[in-house]
Amino acid sequence: MSFLEVSKISKSFSGTPVVKEVTLEVERGEFFALLGPSGCGKTTLLRMIAGFETPNSGSISIDGETMTRVPPHLRPTNMVFQSYAIFPHLNVFDNIAYGLRKERLSKEGLRAKVKAMLETIQLEGLEGRTPDQLSGGQRQRVALARALVRKPKLLLLDEPLGALDKRLREAMQVELRALQRKVGITFLLVTHDQQEALSLCDRIAVMDQGRILQIAGPRELYEHPNCRAVADFIGEINFFHASVQQIGQATATVNAGLLGTLTLPRSNLAQGIGLDDHILLAIRPEHIGFADSIAGTVMGEIVDTTFLGDHSHFHVRIAGRSQPIAVSSSASPPTGSVHLVFPPEFLIGLCSD
Amino acid sequence: MKNRGLLIYALAYLAFLYAPVLVLPIFSFNNSEFIAFPLSGFTTRWYQNLMADGAMQHALGNSLKVGLITALFSTGLGLTAAKALTRYRLSGGSAALGFICLPLFIPDIVLGLSLLMVLGWIGLPLSLSAVVLGHLLICLPFALTVLMARFEGFDPNLEEASADLGDDGWMTFWRVTFPLMLPGISASLLLTFITSFDEFLVAYFLSGTEATLPVYIWGQLRFPERLPMVLALGAIILIFSVALVAVAEYVRNLGIKKATVGA
Repeated sequence: MSFLEVSKISKSFSGTPVVKEVTLEVERGEFFALLGPSGCGKTTLLRMIAGFETPNSGSISIDGETMTRVPPHLRPTNMVFQSYAIFPHLNVFDNIAYGLRKERLSKEGLRAKVKAMLETIQLEGLEGRTPDQLSGGQRQRVALARALVRKPKLLLLDEPLGALDKRLREAMQVELRALQRKVGITFLLVTHDQQEALSLCDRIAVMDQGRILQIAGPRELYEHPNCRAVADFIGEINFFHASVQQIGQATATVNAGLLGTLTLPRSNLAQGIGLDDHILLAIRPEHIGFADSIAGTVMGEIVDTTFLGDHSHFHVRIAGRSQPIAVSSSASPPTGSVHLVFPPEFLIGLCSD
Repeated sequence: MKNRGLLIYALAYLAFLYAPVLVLPIFSFNNSEFIAFPLSGFTTRWYQNLMADGAMQHALGNSLKVGLITALFSTGLGLTAAKALTRYRLSGGSAALGFICLPLFIPDIVLGLSLLMVLGWIGLPLSLSAVVLGHLLICLPFALTVLMARFEGFDPNLEEASADLGDDGWMTFWRVTFPLMLPGISASLLLTFITSFDEFLVAYFLSGTEATLPVYIWGQLRFPERLPMVLALGAIILIFSVALVAVAEYVRNLGIKKATVGA
């Protein structure tokens, strides 16, 4: 029994299905992300876990208790809203203390609890400020504090860093990660920012069109996407059409057209791929190398170079293919004609549908 | 030259709007029973007569009662309707909104007449209560419009956040919705009160023997010698109405800035 169990949950709005039979398990203490493009149903799924939407079918349980029809104010969850939803008529102290009313603490007890929380999120001394006197980053902290002070079993975060500028967002990512380790609460984050999900989370569920495509750790997701949509959504990737010629015990041989005939580890092929199947070979830009020799390489012409400091990004055009190949390398930029190497261990075979 | 033309136009427009209204206070201090220029001297005797007129004070009391009750009920009903129409996915929501606002477009004389007939059929006596019912029809659209605008001005996530932090619907209303709606609620109370207080036709049909202030004034117009006193009364009502509307607008704007603090 997992800590959070979402089982076969579906939701539609006026006939349009938004979440389709999603099943999901999150372990206690995990930092878990729902990642997907806008409109993929991730926020609706989060809102069903918080209790703001009622699923049409399926069930949700948290820590062994069924929550499917429990109203939000009785759930052991708290949410950080994308808009933060800080109460504009209350100051920082009263915002953070808002959810502690039912605990009937003494005045000193309440003050101590809020003070401790303010320390945790580094907003000491700002308890008297009203929300319109706070910066975006400070409001975000207040929203976090207001939720965390209730010690929820599960903290739900809806694009919590989306409204912050890039520098602040990166700083908050580090802090959020440290905070999650410190408080030990299970975090469920919704984001469309793949970099944010990869850097923050233990595991990620990639969603598209109301379904979960793949659930895996960041590295697994990046190195072994299970379908084209996941490969495309996480980072940049090059695709080549190929067909399977032979499947052995540990290796598989594929005919990759322009790239020639290649032998790659069998585990690099997605599940369900069989002999003679037409597949997509995928490889990340940083896994393609430049070579001096001609043997086993593909000739190409650099058509575009972007210098990015510690590495450069190239677009290489090869004969017989209209779309240039993306290559990322820290090597000093070669010019003109180049020889590209495609190491077989980094080539992933995906179903071509 | 062009600007000068526009200026003259604007001044003429303002004069057209407000000069007739200014006649009221001017003649209310004129020492003559006849409403005509030239003015014949300053007096406050019309105001003194007014203070001594028991029937007028009774009518004023009636109007205040009707206005107050109408304001409270239409704002209360408007609040629940506005919340439902702005916060829930209602089937038939826009139809409901249309029907609530329809009385705005029905001539008051038609409204008054039809209410008079219906009251007769169901055997309800003409009374101030009947006037309140009629005024509710007229005031509810105003209350709803003001309150809906206010609901749309604040983030629905705020109410969800309150639920998320452990408050049920009732506590959420008192701790979040009501304080944030307060400027809208006050504006609605003032607006509906003024609308009811000034309303004549429906009150004329439904008030029976208990006249409201506008009905009383209408009755006084038959006696030429009482006309200056009516002007004095009109001047007082005018000043109070303008002041109330100004306060309502001020309060409404006061809240708009505060409620829009977001991310």
